[in-house]
Amino acid sequence: MPIWLPIVVLSLYLACSLVPIYWLVGMSLKTNQDILGSFQLLPTRPTFENYLTILTDPDWNQGYINSITYVIINTVISLTVALPAAYAFSRFRFLGDKHLFFWLLTNRMSPPAVFLLPFFQLYSSIGLFDTPWAVALSHTLFTVPLSVWILEGFISGIPREIDETAYLDGYSFWRFFVRIFIPLIRGGIGVTAFFCFMFSWVELLLARTLTSVDAKPIAATMTRTVSAAGMDWGVLAAAGVLTIVPGAIVIGFVRNYIAKGFALGRV
Amino acid sequence: MEKPTNQRAWWFVAPVVLVVAFSALIPLMTVVNYSVQDILGPEQRVFVGREWYQKVLTDPELHGALLRQLTFSSVVLLTELPLGVMVALCMPLSGAGSSVALVLLGLPLLIPWNVVGTIWQVFARSDIGLGGVLLHRLGFEYNYTADALDAWFTVLVMDIWHWTPLVALLAYAGLRSIPQAYYQAAHIDGASRIAIFRFIELPKLKGVLAIAVLLRFMDSFMIYTEPFVLTGGGPGNSTTFLSQYLARLAVGQFDLGPAAAFSIVYFLVILLFSYVFYSVMTRES
Repeated sequence: MPIWLPIVVLSLYLACSLVPIYWLVGMSLKTNQDILGSFQLLPTRPTFENYLTILTDPDWNQGYINSITYVIINTVISLTVALPAAYAFSRFRFLGDKHLFFWLLTNRMSPPAVFLLPFFQLYSSIGLFDTPWAVALSHTLFTVPLSVWILEGFISGIPREIDETAYLDGYSFWRFFVRIFIPLIRGGIGVTAFFCFMFSWVELLLARTLTSVDAKPIAATMTRTVSAAGMDWGVLAAAGVLTIVPGAIVIGFVRNYIAKGFALGRV
Repeated sequence: MEKPTNQRAWWFVAPVVLVVAFSALIPLMTVVNYSVQDILGPEQRVFVGREWYQKVLTDPELHGALLRQLTFSSVVLLTELPLGVMVALCMPLSGAGSSVALVLLGLPLLIPWNVVGTIWQVFARSDIGLGGVLLHRLGFEYNYTADALDAWFTVLVMDIWHWTPLVALLAYAGLRSIPQAYYQAAHIDGASRIAIFRFIELPKLKGVLAIAVLLRFMDSFMIYTEPFVLTGGGPGNSTTFLSQYLARLAVGQFDLGPAAAFSIVYFLVILLFSYVFYSVMTRES
């Protein structure tokens, strides 16, 4: 097989994959007349007006802040509860461990649409409706099982001798866990945080159902661009481009660890 | 080395169990509760037993949606897996090139799902979108808002564009974990590229591919937002999948009982398929 073939195939794939994203970016730089009026490969009259509309409107800003808030709360909760659990699954046998693991995975399998109404009632009744906490907690439905899954893989890649040596050196368990173990798997924690971030950031059905005014996520703000005058495509596209930015930053940070993440995983 | 048995490990998993019980078990119980009752008012509810289940399971609309869903998930799995593995095989294993390729590859995964739908809604339009215009120039009568087949094609291409990166990332992760010694041994034996793939890479990839199949199956079976934004389930009902049918039942018509009964069946179907995949793929290793 010639050496250039993989590079050509990969470049072709990436080019095709980037074309729709290019179209989004292109749209965000056009006025609505230009978007709907005719087909233009390159924006003929590029404008940053759409971005200015978003960046100067407190409603749009609040949408971003709300979304980022619940994503961060969700990531922190997921990591905090998943770390000790992943450690237990990786290091010990205990009654029902295998069943518990599969049960956790089954929660990844519940269609969010199934839970819309019960979630709405649950969070209304405990007074969390329309707060970032409601969205963050509801997203733990799929981020927590996934976190346990990924972290377990990373932890299993660390030899158990390290734990035992630390005990012999007189470390208490928690001191060992926080001071030695967590720094050892920080790559895994980064990857897990990335996946929590990713799945919570892109999910909209639950986020929109569980909020109304104060904690409205960016996706709900986007539906505002649909008005009597038709859709404001330019602003919508600019908002879309801005939603890719946080994820792109995060993936940039963890790119070297991502590959390792699932490879060591269970299954 | 065998893992030691330690029942105190339960203290470590207790927080996870509590959080998941709160966010999964309580709502699930509520759904079960709805599925066997007719709720007439806040204080008025009648136990109806299996009635909702029978009503939903005999609904021809559900049968249509289920058939479409199965077709969709099969096509998606059969395309994304080979394509993803192929892309992963083409990725450079180290160096700056691999970092750049990884970030570019991952971009579609980071786009909120309604934005994904919006992108394709315009991108595929045959008058102003690049994809649609291109197809038109090539001589295809393409219009995804009016033609069911075109709508299907668009939804499928959108999903393949959106999720093949996940399969590729997983497969790439698996490839990177194969020790170099295997390749050296194969080189000494004079193995062909195809033989290396068949006898070294594919067996080593089994674990991550199992994860990929599971994740892709679950998510494609639960797909909602993207086709909802792109086609709204149309034209007609041609791209109405199960989640959309459910949302229409629960939110649109407010038929809580049947919607809940259907939710339970839906969940059980996914569980069954996933369990089969899970046990088939983990059995041999």
